[in-house]
Amino acid sequence: MTTQTEQSAPLNRGALGVPKPRVSRRRSAVVHPRLRGGLFGLAGLVLLALIWELYKTLGPADGVVLGGITVLPRTTDLAMPHLAVMAERLFDPVTGAASALPLWQAVLQGSLFTLGIAAVGWLVGVTVGLALALLMQRFRLAESAILPWIILSQTVPLIAIAPLVRRWGAQIQFGEFTWESWMSVALIASYLAFFPVSIGALRGLASPDANHVDLMHCYAVGWWKTLWRLRLPTSVGYLLPALRLAAVSAVVGSVVAEVSIGLRGGIGRLIVEYAGAAGNDPGKPWAPIFGSILVGLVAAGFVGLIGLFLRRFRRGEVA
Amino acid sequence: MTDTLNVPGGDVPGGDVPGGDVPAVDVPAVNVHGVSRIFAAGKGPGVTALDDVSLDVAPGEFVSLIGPSGCGKSTLLRLIADLDVPTSGSIEVFGKPARQARIDQDYGIAFQQAGLLPWRTVAGNIELPLELHGVGKAARRGRAAELIALVGLSDFAAHYPDQLSGGMQQRVAIARALAESPSLLLMDEPFGALDEMTRERMQNELVRICAETQAAVVFVTHSIPEAVFLSNRVVVLEPRPGRIRSIVGVGLGDMSGRGEDLREDEGFFRSLSEVRDLLHGDPDSSGTGLPTGVVPKTGARGVETR
Repeated sequence: MTTQTEQSAPLNRGALGVPKPRVSRRRSAVVHPRLRGGLFGLAGLVLLALIWELYKTLGPADGVVLGGITVLPRTTDLAMPHLAVMAERLFDPVTGAASALPLWQAVLQGSLFTLGIAAVGWLVGVTVGLALALLMQRFRLAESAILPWIILSQTVPLIAIAPLVRRWGAQIQFGEFTWESWMSVALIASYLAFFPVSIGALRGLASPDANHVDLMHCYAVGWWKTLWRLRLPTSVGYLLPALRLAAVSAVVGSVVAEVSIGLRGGIGRLIVEYAGAAGNDPGKPWAPIFGSILVGLVAAGFVGLIGLFLRRFRRGEVA
Repeated sequence: MTDTLNVPGGDVPGGDVPGGDVPAVDVPAVNVHGVSRIFAAGKGPGVTALDDVSLDVAPGEFVSLIGPSGCGKSTLLRLIADLDVPTSGSIEVFGKPARQARIDQDYGIAFQQAGLLPWRTVAGNIELPLELHGVGKAARRGRAAELIALVGLSDFAAHYPDQLSGGMQQRVAIARALAESPSLLLMDEPFGALDEMTRERMQNELVRICAETQAAVVFVTHSIPEAVFLSNRVVVLEPRPGRIRSIVGVGLGDMSGRGEDLREDEGFFRSLSEVRDLLHGDPDSSGTGLPTGVVPKTGARGVETR
């Protein structure tokens, strides 16, 4: 394509040798799709902000009530602070104490803490999920034995298993190693994260064309080589969305588990703590919410980065 | 290619094709003996895809399998490739059981779908079998470059399959099948998905490649001109149950002498109409009139000029 552009370039020049805009327009068209996606995302955000502010100005102070049920929230400053209030609050200290950090800094620290735990949970979850998928792909018996349990596992509410994990963890101790609370949180995060990976990977590993599988059979190569050369590369298209889902699940799992286990230092704790301040400081509870969104975005972005490296294996999807 | 080309199949009943005698020492490239394949159905007797089929392919010989859908031609090819196991009968490739021949990589294979790995370049795809079987990097590179030149894709070595046309992809698949210099090529309708013009060009190229590599070929197709143009012998199969109706010897000379003008040749048309008549099953030869594998005399029917 580049050669074509180069060749046609002289033809596109006007009498004075000034390039006509056609070439540059063509080049910008190449950049556009990605840029356009970003712009649309930004536009969505702006729209959301507009709706918020618009409703706050125009909506009734007591909210919209239909037949005794509130269907739209109150628009008081307490219930729906202005976006500017939320933003300004970020730069004020957390508390009135002299040593208090600015709010954004405290939230950022909490975010990093949670991100670290979520990352550990994600890694464990991905490892376990992949291992289960491989086992199920290798042995049909394993698939029928394990798959229902995997699906069943996700019906157990997190709040129910959190205390269990903590109690069991407290009993683990060998040598220097002691089980710490953050490990419980990471374990619960991995409990959420492994599910999409195991299901996605199982589908991905089974996705190669019958043709390709036949070919590998003709080449008389074993299961491992077929896995490495065919099944894993083909499963990338299924694996990446699963990994992204797992990353987001790990973040949600971490935040929720921090709350149910009572671990200090993370976003989950801050959400609970700052929610108490909502009565006289309406901007404050929003800070850790933004923090958790940030953590989710970073996690999803990280998987996007992995996808960039594995781009080669997704060629088929483009065609 | 020498007179081994026209060697008739030894085990075929009445396989009296004009040609030379089988040299006693020569092991056939493919020996199919009394093979049946019955696919089990949920209830009932199952589907008989192949019924007591026997066929020999001599080294260096080009044999086409032709017949309507459901005649078991692809099944036969898959059995030879050991992608499937016969219900009864035996299949030997170069004197070895099919399974052993597969493990020893005695054949190369190409399917109707090119089946290239989309994440590998043209060169990478051709190198795949070599890589899987532990051939060193330098040797792999060299062989791939050689084959890419053979199929005329030298400018496209670094392209990915999605950047190639269907015909080009199929050429890559053929190059890949040839990567380990097999003495037998198995091809399952490799040009089936191509347009007519590309198809004829590919046939010309295949003829050239076969002349160069001297490999025996078992070629599944449902195109009569394709079968006649390419083959030394055309095996006509009939469906339900899959049987060999007849084997037609195409006396069009060896591969190196086959060119575009062959398509205008009188012998080409004669074989064409012969195969066509057999396929369309004129009343006396359809059904169970003829025993398996009986070859009617060449040129018994009038020459059709299309």
